[in-house]
Amino acid sequence: MSPLRLFRRSFSHGVHPEGLKEQTADRPIQRVPFVESYVMPLGQHIGVPAKPLVRVGQRLVRGEPIAEAGAFVSTWLHSPVTGRVRDIGPHRYIDGSFKPAIEIEADPYATQQLEQRLPPAWDSLDAAQFIQEIQRAGIVGMGGAAFPAHVKYSIPEGQQIHDLLVNGAECEPFLTNDHRLMMERPDALLRGIEILMVQLGAERAAIGVEANKPDAIEVLRSRIDDGSPVEVVALPVKYPQGAEKMLIKAIYDREVPAGQLPRDLGIAVNNVGTLVAIADRFDRGMPLIERVVTVSGPGVTYPANLIVPLGTPVREVLRFCGGLREETREVVMGGPMMGAPIASLDVPVLKGSSGILAFTEQETRRPKEYPCIRCGRCLEACPYFLNPSRLARLGKARLFQEMKEFQVMDCVECGACTFACPSSIPIVQLIRTAKDNLRHLR
Amino acid sequence: MASKDPHLLLQSAPMLRQGLTTPQAMRDVLYALTPIVLAALWFFGLGALLLLLVSVAGAVLTEWVFTPPERRREALADNSAALTGLLLALTLPPALPLWMAFLGAVVAVGLGKVIWGGLGGNLFNPALVGRAFLLGTFPIAMTTWVSPVGPDGFFDLSSSLFALPFHAPAYDAVSSATPLGLMKFQQQGTDISRLLIGNTSGSLGETSGLLLVLGGLYLWLRRDLDWRIPAGIFAAAGLFSLILFLVDGSRFPNPFFTLFSGGLLLGAIYMATDPVTSPVTPRGAWIFGLGIGLLAVLIRMFGGFPEGMMYAILLMNAATPLIDRYTQPRVFGRKERSR
Repeated sequence: MSPLRLFRRSFSHGVHPEGLKEQTADRPIQRVPFVESYVMPLGQHIGVPAKPLVRVGQRLVRGEPIAEAGAFVSTWLHSPVTGRVRDIGPHRYIDGSFKPAIEIEADPYATQQLEQRLPPAWDSLDAAQFIQEIQRAGIVGMGGAAFPAHVKYSIPEGQQIHDLLVNGAECEPFLTNDHRLMMERPDALLRGIEILMVQLGAERAAIGVEANKPDAIEVLRSRIDDGSPVEVVALPVKYPQGAEKMLIKAIYDREVPAGQLPRDLGIAVNNVGTLVAIADRFDRGMPLIERVVTVSGPGVTYPANLIVPLGTPVREVLRFCGGLREETREVVMGGPMMGAPIASLDVPVLKGSSGILAFTEQETRRPKEYPCIRCGRCLEACPYFLNPSRLARLGKARLFQEMKEFQVMDCVECGACTFACPSSIPIVQLIRTAKDNLRHLR
Repeated sequence: MASKDPHLLLQSAPMLRQGLTTPQAMRDVLYALTPIVLAALWFFGLGALLLLLVSVAGAVLTEWVFTPPERRREALADNSAALTGLLLALTLPPALPLWMAFLGAVVAVGLGKVIWGGLGGNLFNPALVGRAFLLGTFPIAMTTWVSPVGPDGFFDLSSSLFALPFHAPAYDAVSSATPLGLMKFQQQGTDISRLLIGNTSGSLGETSGLLLVLGGLYLWLRRDLDWRIPAGIFAAAGLFSLILFLVDGSRFPNPFFTLFSGGLLLGAIYMATDPVTSPVTPRGAWIFGLGIGLLAVLIRMFGGFPEGMMYAILLMNAATPLIDRYTQPRVFGRKERSR
């Protein structure tokens, strides 16, 4: 394969938002100091919420389990600090609703040493034990969706994983948390890849990184020996490259059929952060109690990449970054293309929080909505080759069944259509409404 | 809690937008047409300016009258009515009575756009609806052409411009056939250089091939135009014309003449590419463009009128919903198209 071909690999369609990563791309990851209290929502992953294992008043050591998986598609929670359970009850969640959570009061005099309970050596585990170990470590997909990782590793009878695909695309503007992890912890990442390749039986691994992170590509390549089954693939910069099926198309030039999973093609896709979390679990005994968060955007005084203990209120993270600027109008958790706005700064950082972004008047001012002039820009943006123009028109008429015939359920809500629309039509919002309605009609 | 939350908005993602807005896209087309408007003034004098103003005024006024008062400001702010008026004027003969131009603009916006629900709802190109109406109603005035007067005759106004409504216009300027008319009725060609520069008789905005192409390039660079449509038109019209020319070179013009004469460039670059009335799908755009090119040459060579661009575009406008329906892209990860 020629180097040129390597560089041109990508999926079709998509959009090119500005990267806007300069503010934090070169900022080393810093650790946020421990704060006074933490909130761990029981349902911060996809699937069934976790079940509490602790009582109010109980003393906790940092890293100690506080909730167990409520089902197979569910995972464990651990205390991010040494302290005491203050309350178990409803607490404001990032979407504005109240959800059951465990509130923990930090012990200001504790050393915050990790509870020393090393797991068994990873290479002594069989597949079932490994899956259980991942679930007990509370590890989820760190790209943003927070899907329990062990579910992905449960390969059904008769299927075989050949390729481990590592998602280092980080195509969302502003975010640099995966970039910094690749730069600063390449050995942990490669360790995670090694563990997962052996456990899943994968023969090869590819790390997909967008070409706007040449330093990360270089660091990783310098750590990989010739003849290694691990390859770093530089991808052209395009959104939404980090969407699982787009990344598979970009790297292997294969389409995952609708309704199927990457593993049906023998591919396991994992985010950079997930692999580092696996390495940390087996090498340092650390369950998932903290993550790297990019705090950025024009509304943040001192943008940064931070290791944040889970459950830390957003307010405290922002305070560490010098607080919000006066002009701030909106705070988003996640990336600017797919993240969710938060109404209160009291909501906690969760396993899926890749970024905290603050926007000012300039970015939040929405141009007035005009009628659709059928310019077709949304069609050329949609990586799924849907017809967003038609879907939006049907959505406004609330013709949800018709939208279903136009494959609205295949939409991954990447927002590329809405980004591209010159008439400022809230296309992806209309699509979300339709999908919600269709799910509840069934 | 130490500080009060700032008043936080809850607008959902995506937070970022590409820069272009629909009124800007309309404005870009107006910019691209500016050199063509100036050329029209240069060649056809003050009369051209009056026709342009009357047509734009008719279009904007119609939009204003038929829009509910509370939506008037935004309906006019998108610049689409002014653009329709301007495009219509560019397809009119330079000595057309002003009242006809006004009436044409009223019909263009009234029947071509407003009754379909306004911007984005119409099936046919509004400017061409207005022109088709005028050609059907006033066939003589719409086919009476005058030679370009040039800058020396800038202030020479044809008295036909000021004809009273429903009175036969009196033409005092020298009438002269368009290159297409010369070709059709007298088998007489026109120099390609004159077609490029535009000092021939013809509609206000169709004569200067060079400026039309330049404006098209600007729109293409600004990504305001689907290049597949003009490309399809040029390919089909050029190829079909070449075949006819090879069959009988004495009866049929060469492909260069076909491409640069009459309203082909104006129609291909500025009318057929109207996003509202052309297919949204890339494959649909090709079919649409090829269809227009074929029909235009067919009507030109074998029809009663020397020009066929207007009917070609209107006919393909009618086919657009069907084309869109059958050219839906294949959805990622699926075998079949969506419907």
